[in-house]
Amino acid sequence: MAVFEYAPAPESRAVVHVDSHYGLFIGGEFVESEDGSPFKTVNPATEEVLAEVTAAGPRDVDRAVRAAREAYEKVWGPMPGHDRAKYLYRIARIMQERSRELAVLESLDNGKPIRESRDVDLPLAAAWFFSYAGWADKLEYAGFGPDPRPLGVAGQVIPWNFPLLMLAWKIAPALACGNTVVLKPAETTPLTAMAFADICRQAGLPAGVVNIVTGAGDVGAALVSHSDVNKVAFTGSTEVGRQIAEAIAGTGKRLTLELGGKAANVVFEDAPLDQAVEGIVNGIFFNQGHVCCAGSRLLVQESVYDEVLDRLKQRMTTLRVGDPLDKNTDIGAINSPAQLAKIRELSEVGAAEGAERWSAPCELPEHGYWFPPTLFTGVTQAHRIAREEIFGPVLSVLTFRTPAEAVEKANNTPYGLSAGVWTEKGSRILWMAERLRAGVVWANTFNKFDPASPFGGYKESGYGREGGRHGLEAYLA
Amino acid sequence: MPSESRSERVEVRKTYKLYVGGAFPRSESGRSYVVSDAHGRFLANAALASRKDARDAVVAALKAWPGWSARTGYNRDQILYRIAEMLEGRRDQFAAEVAAAEGLSRARAEAQVSAAIDRWVWYAGWADKLAQVLGSSNQVAGPYFDFSVPESTGVVAAVAPQRSTLLGLVSVVAPIIAGGNTCVVLAAEDRPLPAVSLAEVLATSDLPGGVVNILTGRAAEVAPWLASHLDVHGLDLTGIEDSALAVDLERAAAGNLKRVLLPEQEPDWTASPGLSRMRAFLETKTVWHPVGI
Amino acid sequence: MTTMDTLSGVAASASSLRRFLHGLAGVDQVGAEERAARLATRSIKTTAKRFALDLAVSMVDLTTLEGQDTPGKVRSLCAKACRPDPSDPTVPQVAAVCVYPDLVATAKQALAGSDVRVASVATAFPSGRAAQVVKIADVEYAVSQGADEVDMVIDRGAFLAGDYLAVYDEIGAVKRACGGAHLKVILETGELVTYDNVSRAAWLAMLAGADFIKTSTGKVQPAATLPVTLVMLQAVRDFRAATGRQVGVKAAGGIRASKDAIRYLVVVNETAGEEWLSPEWFRFGASSLLNDLLMQRQKLATGHYAGHDYVTED
Repeated sequence: MAVFEYAPAPESRAVVHVDSHYGLFIGGEFVESEDGSPFKTVNPATEEVLAEVTAAGPRDVDRAVRAAREAYEKVWGPMPGHDRAKYLYRIARIMQERSRELAVLESLDNGKPIRESRDVDLPLAAAWFFSYAGWADKLEYAGFGPDPRPLGVAGQVIPWNFPLLMLAWKIAPALACGNTVVLKPAETTPLTAMAFADICRQAGLPAGVVNIVTGAGDVGAALVSHSDVNKVAFTGSTEVGRQIAEAIAGTGKRLTLELGGKAANVVFEDAPLDQAVEGIVNGIFFNQGHVCCAGSRLLVQESVYDEVLDRLKQRMTTLRVGDPLDKNTDIGAINSPAQLAKIRELSEVGAAEGAERWSAPCELPEHGYWFPPTLFTGVTQAHRIAREEIFGPVLSVLTFRTPAEAVEKANNTPYGLSAGVWTEKGSRILWMAERLRAGVVWANTFNKFDPASPFGGYKESGYGREGGRHGLEAYLA
Repeated sequence: MPSESRSERVEVRKTYKLYVGGAFPRSESGRSYVVSDAHGRFLANAALASRKDARDAVVAALKAWPGWSARTGYNRDQILYRIAEMLEGRRDQFAAEVAAAEGLSRARAEAQVSAAIDRWVWYAGWADKLAQVLGSSNQVAGPYFDFSVPESTGVVAAVAPQRSTLLGLVSVVAPIIAGGNTCVVLAAEDRPLPAVSLAEVLATSDLPGGVVNILTGRAAEVAPWLASHLDVHGLDLTGIEDSALAVDLERAAAGNLKRVLLPEQEPDWTASPGLSRMRAFLETKTVWHPVGI
Repeated sequence: MTTMDTLSGVAASASSLRRFLHGLAGVDQVGAEERAARLATRSIKTTAKRFALDLAVSMVDLTTLEGQDTPGKVRSLCAKACRPDPSDPTVPQVAAVCVYPDLVATAKQALAGSDVRVASVATAFPSGRAAQVVKIADVEYAVSQGADEVDMVIDRGAFLAGDYLAVYDEIGAVKRACGGAHLKVILETGELVTYDNVSRAAWLAMLAGADFIKTSTGKVQPAATLPVTLVMLQAVRDFRAATGRQVGVKAAGGIRASKDAIRYLVVVNETAGEEWLSPEWFRFGASSLLNDLLMQRQKLATGHYAGHDYVTED
């Protein structure tokens, strides 16, 4: 029994109303499916069913694309940028107004702690719409020519780890540039997308500009391969990204992909130690490790190995795992039984390959999908847990001796999404940044995102950038 | 003013004061002057600003500058957008004031107000994008990381257009503050009332006091004090119609090498403004840092 | 981690002390402030809040350090220290009363029979700008008057000029003059400005024998802040790991609301750890905070917001 026990501090569920059944959002309203089927979405912390949602069938997808096409031709395409801007500003403002409700909904459907949905997901999602609203009438300044034109209809497929935020990353730039969209949220996290549909209605967004079709991988496949989609944007696993790239080959469709990662978080001996430990913890345990750019490989300079590991383990003992709706929870639930099985499997592999496993003692709830923050020491490049994306709160710890060795090990992966560098020496930060083959380099910080800052991968982590004026390129002809 | 019949409600008429440091003081000189509409009919007495009012406004603008420029672009974006929200809510009031000041039909006045609000929205969206568009990282021939960023110039004294009392005013003020500067604005001499109403909008919009200060009065009396003031870093002469005065002011500005924006004769305020008004009051800072282990 | 042996040689010379202090890990300002801000989002409710409020009261050094202090004022404060809420005997006593040296005797008399300690500022508080002989005499006087604890100020001028050994020696001299009294060393973090300086000054004070390190005099802004206290708590944690000796932390100045006090307790809990969660190892230097703690206690007990007429103004 701790001296200072934090009493339960639950966020109220009453702030959000979840319907028992959701249709598809097509042509500005919720409609029933023609050839789809219902499925359930579940709260991963309790396994309770939250709502019945609709998996779209091929005719539903076609209807959605047609609605998007009509809105593009008749309304959104011809609309001047300053008017598009105003709709996007309205959406941003409504997201701010309803942010508490949306945060609770996100935590219920995804399993992430309410503190994160409230303090990270929601503010960033609103900011994304705010920032891109301001680009809608300034496209001629973005560096893509004096009169950049949109592509038409965008088919967008997003993952379950940051449902509303990923929706914002996709829809905001697409609409700012004058495209219309059909978006498919992940099958385990459809609810904030449904709430977003309602926000579009509240904002008076013209019908058909945004369409949302729910369902699993087959619905995504139908969407991206639809002949009247001009542009495909996908965030998810490298495996599926590869499939999409193959599927659209020869069709002339534009494609951007934001895929997996196995980022190296490099800690030098002259790092600001306590902040570096925070950065390591944030890098791999934030969002339960369900982050494509997670710092899942700690590369620590051998000369400070003991000191860093001691502090890291001590810090991990203060991580609170539990009810996502408790305001003091740091680590929430794993999003699905499938993901939990994968994390467990790879952790077993890690132990079997000879790495040493450690978790701080913690009590896990009886129901729901849970995994304690875990680290593996004695990991080397040849281990599977140093190469394969686990997508969970599991850190692999490796060592290095020199900056060159750190770079070599950091780059020695087919992935290239992000990397972290911890040192007080400015020139070394820049030297490392120059050599790391990663789309995002965080120095003395980690997991920082901003609508003004381009984000995306090298190599098999995908191509294209989201954020900043660079993020407009994907949606302009 | 037509006399009111006994059945009409007697209205409460507004007092038009200065806007300095977020507050609404009268002129320290105690003076006022008559403002008439386009047909010569009495509208109101406006405060007649003195050099001391201008001095106080500069103090307020200077004090507000570090905080305003240190805010994130996103934060300035949101505040400026909020100002647009407030303006939109007061469309009717502004349409009436612009119509009276400029002698426009109600419909033309409303079009001006709409354009002014949209102009404000356009500038709001620039606040977090200037560095990407105007800044750069520079490929120098050596092991250095070299980057250039735009930074605000400081306190800008601006003379508002004499004829376009809202759209022209907004087109002068918004670009100054979007980039992080603060300003002291001399409203159109004979048509100052929309500017004072704009001050009321600013005061209710989360804009920190002192970021924009609005004086009403005579350019010939007040502008020279601003042009020669050593705590003023930029000078926008847009609204100076007297060319001899404009030259004098430009000369006075040379005292501390103020960045000067020269007067424009009857520009088309509805045309897209481009970046020049923001650029006029932005500096460029270039930083070098070695790259090595 | 360094051993006790290595650290005792650290102050053997000015240059070795400088090398040690400059060799400490740096503190990244943005990272430290983000950590403090994240800890400040902890939601402390119901039973946890009740516990925290009582703990905070017991950690208060009730303070009056004004030129206009009189014996009457000090007696009034001491009465409050012993019985913070006349309507509620379950409220704990505060830890100490903190006064200027020439009012120590008055405080001592007023607190006779209670467990509330008498802390005295000394060493030409708050500026510390006086000859060393004067500063030591100040300490000796306070101790002779009966002070249980002495809150000294470091020589910030010497620190900022890089004369670490002079600061170290002075703390040592004050510690000796304290005799059995506990020594709190005020770093005056608002004048040190950077977190690196705070970290170095903290280590310097601890090496020189401080029983407590204290953020501020309360006479300079900024005084105590959550990130500065976080950095100091990390220092005392590391110092104990290195030497085996536990040093306390006092956050002083600008902490007026219970909500803030509770945030500090959370930072203590999750940084240095629960062994620091007692008045023996953590203090709040405050005056108006006490009434806010009492009003929050009243609200928890009654269910409605309290009023200023229901706590005493002393």
